[in-house]
Amino acid sequence: MNRQIARMAVVGVVLLAALIVGTTYWQAWAASGLADRQDNSIQQVVQFSVKRGKIYAADGKTVLADNVKQKVGGQTLYLRRYPQRGLAAHIVGYSTRVRSRAGLEASENDFLTGSNTNLSTFLDTEFDKLRGTTVEGNDLHLTLRPGAQAVALNALGGKCGAAVVLEPRTGRVLVSVSSPTYDPNLIERNYDLASKPRFGCPPLQNRATAGLYTPGSTFKVVTASAALDSREFTPSSTFNDPGYCIEYGTHVNNYDTSSPFGNVTLASAMQNSINSVFCNIGQALGGLRIVKQMKSFGFYSVPPLETPVNERAISGLYNNKGKLVDPKEESQIDAGRLAFGQGPETGEPRTTPLQLAMVAAAIANGGLVMRPYVVEKIIAPDGSEVTKTKPDTLGRAVSENTATEVRRMMEAVVSGGTGTAAQIPGISVAGKTGTAESGVAGRNTTSFVAFAPAGNPRVAVAVILERQSGTGGTTAAPIAKAIMEALIR
Amino acid sequence: MSYRNRELANLFVVAVITGLGFASVYIARQDVVSTGSLSYALFFFALYVTAHVIARVAVPQADPYLLPMAALLTAIGVTEIYRLDPDNAFRQGLWIVVGVAAFAGTLLALRHDYRRLESYKYLFGLTAVGLLFLPALPVIGERINGARLWVHVGGIQFQPGELAKIMLIVFLAGYLREKREVLAQGRLKDFGPLLAIWGAAMLVIVMTDDLGSALLYYGIFLAMLYVATARAWYAAAGLTLFLGGSALLYHFVPRVQERVSIWIDPWAHAHTSGYQITQSLYSIGNGGFSGKGFGKGVFATTNGHDLIPQLNTDFIYSALAQELGLVGSAALVLVYMLFCLRGFRIALLAQDGFSKLLAVGLTFGFALQTFIIVGGVLRLIPLTGITLPLVSYGGSSVVANFILLAGLLLVSHRANSLSQISMEGRS
Repeated sequence: MNRQIARMAVVGVVLLAALIVGTTYWQAWAASGLADRQDNSIQQVVQFSVKRGKIYAADGKTVLADNVKQKVGGQTLYLRRYPQRGLAAHIVGYSTRVRSRAGLEASENDFLTGSNTNLSTFLDTEFDKLRGTTVEGNDLHLTLRPGAQAVALNALGGKCGAAVVLEPRTGRVLVSVSSPTYDPNLIERNYDLASKPRFGCPPLQNRATAGLYTPGSTFKVVTASAALDSREFTPSSTFNDPGYCIEYGTHVNNYDTSSPFGNVTLASAMQNSINSVFCNIGQALGGLRIVKQMKSFGFYSVPPLETPVNERAISGLYNNKGKLVDPKEESQIDAGRLAFGQGPETGEPRTTPLQLAMVAAAIANGGLVMRPYVVEKIIAPDGSEVTKTKPDTLGRAVSENTATEVRRMMEAVVSGGTGTAAQIPGISVAGKTGTAESGVAGRNTTSFVAFAPAGNPRVAVAVILERQSGTGGTTAAPIAKAIMEALIR
Repeated sequence: MSYRNRELANLFVVAVITGLGFASVYIARQDVVSTGSLSYALFFFALYVTAHVIARVAVPQADPYLLPMAALLTAIGVTEIYRLDPDNAFRQGLWIVVGVAAFAGTLLALRHDYRRLESYKYLFGLTAVGLLFLPALPVIGERINGARLWVHVGGIQFQPGELAKIMLIVFLAGYLREKREVLAQGRLKDFGPLLAIWGAAMLVIVMTDDLGSALLYYGIFLAMLYVATARAWYAAAGLTLFLGGSALLYHFVPRVQERVSIWIDPWAHAHTSGYQITQSLYSIGNGGFSGKGFGKGVFATTNGHDLIPQLNTDFIYSALAQELGLVGSAALVLVYMLFCLRGFRIALLAQDGFSKLLAVGLTFGFALQTFIIVGGVLRLIPLTGITLPLVSYGGSSVVANFILLAGLLLVSHRANSLSQISMEGRS
């Protein structure tokens, strides 16, 4: 019997050894894969056991995100509170137990939880764990100006839309609001209330970076840039305006067809936003040239910002199925209508407020497009600087000369054209209005881009509103003015 | 050093380890746990010294490593149970006292000659089947977590299956010892009574929906049959039959189908029936190489709910794996392995067929039970709920395993005494 017993002993040892192999597989081989799984509640607890870094506005005092300590099931958890509620909700986002994360809370999670590892910090955190001390995350300091954020939210007044302000020379995002806003504190407690549409608009979407809108005449800044940069046109090139232009054999009308302007210059076509003139320019330049200009302003690439990539949309031509179209041939573009910011079902221009602000900022910055950023610096718990964002150039959109000429034309828009509502006493403002008609009353998309002071720009702003019955000059320009005043004064 | 002095020295080592374990839980969870936790280690040491004294009286020549290893396993179990819920640890502590009492009773009652059990083998066999039937009875039987394993009488719950396991092993040892020659000839009629009792046991298992026990009993049966008859093809045929039977069960028993589909892809059922196993795997994975440390594992969600149902019974291994890491859980499995090797050594040294078969049955049963539950938790095999011997929370299991330990010590004592006598005779 002893031989059989010895064999059974081998069987027993092999069975138990298999358990060690199995354990090794899960704890060494598969461990990191398990940790990355979405439904891993342990990792969630681990993340919430970290004293998450705070998020500050540009003044360094206004706290946008903070922690409350809470004992849950024997674990000390740090749960998020947002003292400023809706003030910067779409940029800051939220970190909750039930709905995971959004905004910077999601994209900067590694920094906020202190798990941005290089070897020395990794060792530090491992030693902290051994000592049982709480891991502390890094603080984010944003470029957002809390006062101007509040002014912008207030000026938007809950209407559906967004406003973005960039500092032209650096690309700092000084204001980014999406309206209606929401209270991130409610995401966990009452998601239905937080996400309930207001005036028919769902509040959680970040319209400033992910909302795509037909720009209408604000797009003429892009067309004018292409026209002047091509050297085929100057601000004093003259055109005849019959009140319409002929596209593919049919009339494309001006905003107001009752009084054609007759003989006008490019500058006054800009000032009075004459579609027929831009239509002719577009046809002369060709659609591909305009698309090329769009690309040099940043269209057709995901606008660089620190928020999660799925919260930023690409601006460009979109077909009626919502697909981005990158035309390769002239015949694919309705150049005449594109020139004044509209288009057919096969390819209509759409822009995010952020992209529109980048256009204004580039003109204000002498043609150089700066990379927009919202995280100024990241500070470690011991007060040392983890990272500091340096202004970075994305590329040149137009020559300095063209930028100056476009700026002058935009100044005229505000001083005596469609954008007079944006005038600020004592400060010269450059701007452009836009009204994209949907064909349904009260369903216009109105917009306004501007920068000021025109001679030495400190702010570049884009405001877009949905579901408006007025024009860009009457609805969006006053909001832009209020925000610029708050920042410059 | 004599056998028993060696045992005492080993128990000291275990006491130190236990003390460190409770101290580490206390340090990690000061806000939840009182200094009273430290007295657990002392209490344990006293309890096992008592067991040791009884072994000194009843089985002085028995293996000196089994009792300290059993002590270590129960200590690890109680430490983890304590860390999860101090109240349960108190109850488990009481059951260990009962277990040690059963251990002492078994040793003292059978110290002269345990082999007389052999004459009662059919009584053991029938009692075992009767015990297995108990949970299927209407009033006293109770279904917990899908399986009818429990009997509820006057406020006390127990799992008769654990005791039945030992009785079946005694029966099989006696029966196979008697019939091994005829069985080895392979005539079908000799298998009659064996198959009858076996069939009854299987029927009970189908009725109680307890698949883990089915696998355990069948495995013990095959192992003992193989050792008794030395016919490897019996074991092979038995395994084939089992796989065939499982395939049949798969088609007719939805519970089996569910278990298998969870085993194949737990993440497809992560929010329903696969929740337990996926969260358990996360727990194991979170342990990593060195573990989080006693008292520092995460076993509750961010909302404070328990992460893994049945954490202190079926899933105690995943709790230990998280807190002790690969180093600790591998060490734990090694203790089981050493325990089994000592058990098989006893079987090798035993001088009569009944003793050999008894020791093989008890030891292999211990190893296989460990494999079935830990293998299930590690997703090596489909998960079926049984206890991890001596570690899991649960009174019946602890008491039954102490009786198992007593059985092995009795066999060992006799084998060692006889070999000493024969050596002295020769010299």
